[in-house]
Amino acid sequence: MNHAHPKPPEASAGLPQWPDRIFDVLTASRIKQVAYVPDGGHARLIESCRQAPAMRTIGLTTEEEGIALCAGAWLGGDRSVLLMQSSGVGNCINMLSLIQVCKFPLLTLVTMRGEWGEFNPWQIPMGSTTETALNTAGIGTVRADAPDAVEDVVHHAASMAFDGGAAVAVLLSQKLIGAKVFVPGGTAI
Amino acid sequence: MSAEKSLDRRDAVLRLLADRGETVVVTGLGSPTYDVAAAGDHDRNFYLWGAMGGAAMTGLGIALAQPDVPVLVVTGDGEMLMGMGSFAAIAKQAPANLTVVVIDNELYGETGAQETHTASGADLAAIAKACGVKNTCTITDMERVDALAQDVHKVGAGPRIAVLKVARTSTKKTLAIREGAYIKARLRMALGLSVD
Repeated sequence: MNHAHPKPPEASAGLPQWPDRIFDVLTASRIKQVAYVPDGGHARLIESCRQAPAMRTIGLTTEEEGIALCAGAWLGGDRSVLLMQSSGVGNCINMLSLIQVCKFPLLTLVTMRGEWGEFNPWQIPMGSTTETALNTAGIGTVRADAPDAVEDVVHHAASMAFDGGAAVAVLLSQKLIGAKVFVPGGTAI
Repeated sequence: MSAEKSLDRRDAVLRLLADRGETVVVTGLGSPTYDVAAAGDHDRNFYLWGAMGGAAMTGLGIALAQPDVPVLVVTGDGEMLMGMGSFAAIAKQAPANLTVVVIDNELYGETGAQETHTASGADLAAIAKACGVKNTCTITDMERVDALAQDVHKVGAGPRIAVLKVARTSTKKTLAIREGAYIKARLRMALGLSVD
């Protein structure tokens, strides 16, 4: 798994605000369990959720754990969200049978790799099939390409999940997040 | 190790569930689902017939949402081997109301009794401990099953992982409810939640 996206912004000034808008929607949607696999595109949102007293962040070792966790959360009366990267969608496929068979609501926010300006060929097979894979597994998809659209898209996806009882993935496009810039000889952490 | 695999799985599960009170029970697919069904259907049972590797995490989600309700996951060694990362997630969250009991017969019973990796030494209790779960044990006698049965229906000090070494004898496949949407709604209602 390569979950490297651009580094999270340290401060909000002059930086994209859409992760904060997602946090606002999750708060308004009364999300309590936030399952995630670390991902640079979600880093700011994960940190906001980690600091929110009303939310509990649950770090996963692999994405399909999050599908089962979200099912359990709903059984116990909590609303949840799963944050992951497109590469992780492939890991979830069989576990999604749990969502489909039991008709669980599901909200997952997927940061896309392998599309807009991708430099890493290993991201392209999964990134280019993420939407098809989700749809084939019975998960609806909506896409956000522009910063101004993110809040509305996530809000309506959350409504479909928790009011409509649907399983919905929001695909946050690589165009929105920004293609990762690989600097040969640069510093790796 | 054959001398250690002496427990009767049906008897052990029956004893674990005899005085279950408010406990929610999640089962891993295959024989653990049949074992729990054989002990008697219950509106706080959530049976998995698939989603292999997901039983412990389903239990974790319930445990975090209902911290005052004991949650017991009953699963098998093959299912748990597929979801070993769950031990690390459970250790980090440390829910005091979650117990995972692994019914370990060292076999994939559903697919022709091929040996699992526990037959060649993979130690699920040790793996759970190494993942950070403090309360782990491997049980080979019924007295300790009875002692475990006293604990699993109470909120404790942290998550527990117990591996029960059971005999390889075949058991009758007791049909648990397969309609997932129904058992989902039934469990929510039993917990006093809305159906949807």
